[in-house]
Amino acid sequence: MKFQDEFRDRALVQNMATNIRRMAERLKAPVNFMEVCGTHTMSIYQYGIRSLLPDNVRLVSGPGCPVCVTPIGYVDKALACTADSRNIVATFGDMLRVPGSHSSLMEERAKGADIRIVYSPLDAVSLAKNNPERLVVFLGVGFETTAPTIAASILEAGRQNLTNYCVLASHKTMPVPMDILTGDPELNLKGYLCPAHVSTVIGGNAYKPLVEKYHIPCVVTGFEPADVMQGIEMLLAQVLSGDSRVEIQYSRAVSWEGNPKARAILRQFFEPRDAVWRGLGVLPGSGLAIRAEYRNFDAEHVLTLDVPETLENPACLCGEVLKGKLPPFDCPLFSTLCTPESPVGACMVSSEGTCAAAYKYGR
Amino acid sequence: MKILSKDGDSIVAEVDGVQKEASVMLLGEDVSVGDYVIVHAGFAISRLDEEYAEETLRLMREVFASEDMA
Repeated sequence: MKFQDEFRDRALVQNMATNIRRMAERLKAPVNFMEVCGTHTMSIYQYGIRSLLPDNVRLVSGPGCPVCVTPIGYVDKALACTADSRNIVATFGDMLRVPGSHSSLMEERAKGADIRIVYSPLDAVSLAKNNPERLVVFLGVGFETTAPTIAASILEAGRQNLTNYCVLASHKTMPVPMDILTGDPELNLKGYLCPAHVSTVIGGNAYKPLVEKYHIPCVVTGFEPADVMQGIEMLLAQVLSGDSRVEIQYSRAVSWEGNPKARAILRQFFEPRDAVWRGLGVLPGSGLAIRAEYRNFDAEHVLTLDVPETLENPACLCGEVLKGKLPPFDCPLFSTLCTPESPVGACMVSSEGTCAAAYKYGR
Repeated sequence: MKILSKDGDSIVAEVDGVQKEASVMLLGEDVSVGDYVIVHAGFAISRLDEEYAEETLRLMREVFASEDMA
């Protein structure tokens, strides 16, 4: 497969590893680089990238898995949507097993709730069209890559004059949590592998304020193994030369401007709002709310939901994992009480979750 | 994914033998059959640029600058 096999070339990756080791010899102190993209996290585990790096170049996983950063309160709201048998809840598959306070969508589906997995938000619009007597509630979870696709589904529902389609929106936007984590002295981050897909939409320019504020190197990186290795090389080169700027390693897919058309449609339907991130708490302006003029498509406006008080499992350390402060293997629940088949926390659920990747591919 | 066919805003794209339908309504540039795109949740969000891909590979394969090899 073009644009894929070349970037998985074993010899190429080995050469880059040798080069990284040589560069790292010149480091005065160990460096921590964070990847902020679930796809990077998966790739890093899948290809054993950590084992190719010297001890003084450490990769930490950040809050890059959309399902993982979605707070339990949202899952509870989604579960409340299933309580009315007139509703069809449509969702991407990885939300299904995420535990809420008292149940999960999977458990409710087993009990008879009408929950459908869709591949595209447009499939959820088709569901609404084909079930005019039902209300389709789509669970809008994801970052700047997914939010425009949800916006497009609202646009399409409007075009078709559908009045039985709405979105329970919990979209989050990326640069804000990076700002919080960069300022955290405990993490002591020296560089970011910036997300690949998110950046196709927001563009390399989106990270410039972060670089200006913290003088931290940022490299927008692809997720094939050679991409990740090159991203690390580029970060190291910046650290060694005392530089801090945004670079785009993943230039075949990401431009400085990103995708203005996707952003325009996103802005047409959504506006910024404060959002709760699992592990990080409330981050100002880091979420997206459906604009008032489209509130007929906003599940929180259309439905009156009976949502129980949020009950967190105190033993779950997903929050610490998402901040990059706890490697999955150091969580007492990891692979004992918490497994992909029976997850306690969201990080073990999504295939992009740090714990799920660590469980599947090991160290 | 490689675009196999295109009809208005709808494309059929293929990767590893798997074909999927997708919309190009979020894409700001024209794409045609044979182009490679990144598809996310049923939407093409970016076109892959062959020249940049070659340039990235060239840089990866290049022996690194002598100062780094010391």
